[in-house]
Amino acid sequence: MGKQPAAVIGIGQTHHRAQRKDVSMAGLCREAIDRALLDANLTLDDIDAIVVGKAPDLFEGVMMPELFLAEALGAAGKPLLRVHTAGSVGGSTAIVASSLVQAGVHKRVLTVAYEKQSESNAMWALSVPLPFNMPVHAGAGGYFAPHVRSYIRRSQAPTHIGAIVAAKDRNNALKNPYAHLHNEGTTVESVLASQMLWDPIRYDETCPSSDGACALVIVDEDTAKSSPNPAWIHGTVMRSEATSAAERDQVNPQAGRDAAAALWKQTGITNPIEEIDCAEIYVPFSWFEPMWIENLGFTAEGDGWKLTESGETAIGGKLPINMSGGVLSSNPIGASGMLRFGEAALQVRGAAGEHQVDGARRALGHAYGGGSQFFAMWVVGSEKPTN
Amino acid sequence: MSRTLQAPVTVAFDYTRSTGPVIGRFFSGLRDGVVVGGRTSAGDVVVPPLEFDPVTHEATTDFVEVSSVGTVTSWTWVPEPVKAQPFDRPFAFALVTLDGADVPMLHALDVASPEDVSTGMRVRVRWAPERIGAITDIECFEPLAPGEAEAQPLVEVRASASLETKEDDVTGVITTVSLDYNYAASPEESLFYRGLNEGRIMGQVCPTCQKVYVPPRSACPADGTPTAEEVELSQTGTITTFCIVNVPFLGQKITPPYVSAYVLLDGADIAVLHLILGVPADEVRMGMRVKAVWKPKDEWAYSLENIDHFAPTGDPDADFDTYKQHL
Repeated sequence: MGKQPAAVIGIGQTHHRAQRKDVSMAGLCREAIDRALLDANLTLDDIDAIVVGKAPDLFEGVMMPELFLAEALGAAGKPLLRVHTAGSVGGSTAIVASSLVQAGVHKRVLTVAYEKQSESNAMWALSVPLPFNMPVHAGAGGYFAPHVRSYIRRSQAPTHIGAIVAAKDRNNALKNPYAHLHNEGTTVESVLASQMLWDPIRYDETCPSSDGACALVIVDEDTAKSSPNPAWIHGTVMRSEATSAAERDQVNPQAGRDAAAALWKQTGITNPIEEIDCAEIYVPFSWFEPMWIENLGFTAEGDGWKLTESGETAIGGKLPINMSGGVLSSNPIGASGMLRFGEAALQVRGAAGEHQVDGARRALGHAYGGGSQFFAMWVVGSEKPTN
Repeated sequence: MSRTLQAPVTVAFDYTRSTGPVIGRFFSGLRDGVVVGGRTSAGDVVVPPLEFDPVTHEATTDFVEVSSVGTVTSWTWVPEPVKAQPFDRPFAFALVTLDGADVPMLHALDVASPEDVSTGMRVRVRWAPERIGAITDIECFEPLAPGEAEAQPLVEVRASASLETKEDDVTGVITTVSLDYNYAASPEESLFYRGLNEGRIMGQVCPTCQKVYVPPRSACPADGTPTAEEVELSQTGTITTFCIVNVPFLGQKITPPYVSAYVLLDGADIAVLHLILGVPADEVRMGMRVKAVWKPKDEWAYSLENIDHFAPTGDPDADFDTYKQHL
């Protein structure tokens, strides 16, 4: 027996902010869950199982938060799973939830992912000095900046490409009422004029630190009949790789390339840039847009920046990327991957509001995490898959 | 000499916890010297209140004030208290059902010996001298005095109208988390750190793929083969890539700006991350040839910090093709 069809019929997210001091972690999750259930026209009582995801426990200092959250998530008397794959967790959590439906184990699964970054400091949590070691680590920006420099050198990209991405995503965010940053008047010039933080990454080329959550309701074919516009799950894939193998390609990681190849094969896509209408990809630092364009196979290696520079990744272009404003505009880390998956689903449901891509029928959601070692992706479509 | 090197490490942070309105109401009550519970849809009064009803899943809005006197329903003895527990002397943890509540809450009970505790005993809240809106506003429970139990009337449960959300309600608490670990380096890392204590940089060769790893790994990350053969590496290498850290952050040990660079030592197949000095940050280049600059020998320890930094050798830059597969 093959996979059972599964679809997203409910999508909910919080208003993402630097500090959501008005709600607890449970309240933050419920804000997203309640919106997703309302969208799906279901209640918690209709749900068979709950899958929750978040990034490192050190971010909030609560070990195994799923224990105390179970009741608030409506999990009493039901299966509750927690997923953790660093920054990609929002994506892999949605994939675990969809697999429960595709495997025929459950009919209606609720999945939620969150981060409440205001409870601590992610820079600190990612840079705890260890004995015997050299304390030169400087958070995620410090980790990724050298690899961005390597990309620029390898691809010979002009140095303003990152600023083009940042200006595009910040302007897209103005169309998204849930986005954390609503920075009016961001231009390539204003990004280039912002402070250099982790050279070659500037302040305006980095993601914010956000509190937020995202929830999805994923259901079987029968339940999906009740929805006027289900987003059908056409394919899902996860891959990982070692962080520190000799001669590991940190610019164009093998796991990402393999994941993309498997996803295109699974969905019968032979020419991704022609067959995918829009993509939400995990871009926490602006240069990762061209890097992941290449890694995903939308262009040949070394050509990703040309697609960005041409303007074809803006809404209305050949391959709109990060219509929601992306991670660059909202980064509740644990939820960031699910927000990408959720935006892809919103697009093919025609429910993305002002940031809707006209006629989007097939969309990619993408997340990565750790030192570019975990990848999670899905393709969703407005039509039921034939595979 | 022990096989592996070990050192203490403490991970500590003062977390700023948002309470939300329900737990905020409970903490506000404690600050004001009253214990607030929440009524569930089934009619049970729960202390502390549940944020969301277990049956209807709605947020709790029905608050009731319960007594600060209650009954022990179960307990356990703590003969050897550890750091950050409520007392530094032996005490009990007790489940106490306060009068007016239907389920017990957990807190410390201050008695001298286990003989002084029994299920069914009557206890009261001992309030902290200064209350801030936190669970520690209840310093502990303590036994009622002999005869006091009978004399103590059950406190009337007040109407919930007086328990509405107020302007000055608690919205957050600071939760200090401090974890003490004993950090143990692997045997292979220990070899590396012991070498550094002798002024040497040691690596290991993977017997399958012949890649030279520094620091050495217990197993090759690419093929899983245990590594065994030791090799001493050159103290000169090439900067493959780098970033200039301009941003200050909590817990940072080096004052920015500084250059954090991957240095591929000659003979190694993986770069190590280290600090570059001896050249202005904006003159550091990919391909720059650098050498290890050690701290004075009397400052050495089992640490990569024995190498103070890497500095330019002044030799011509390495050709891109010699290190491009290490990016």
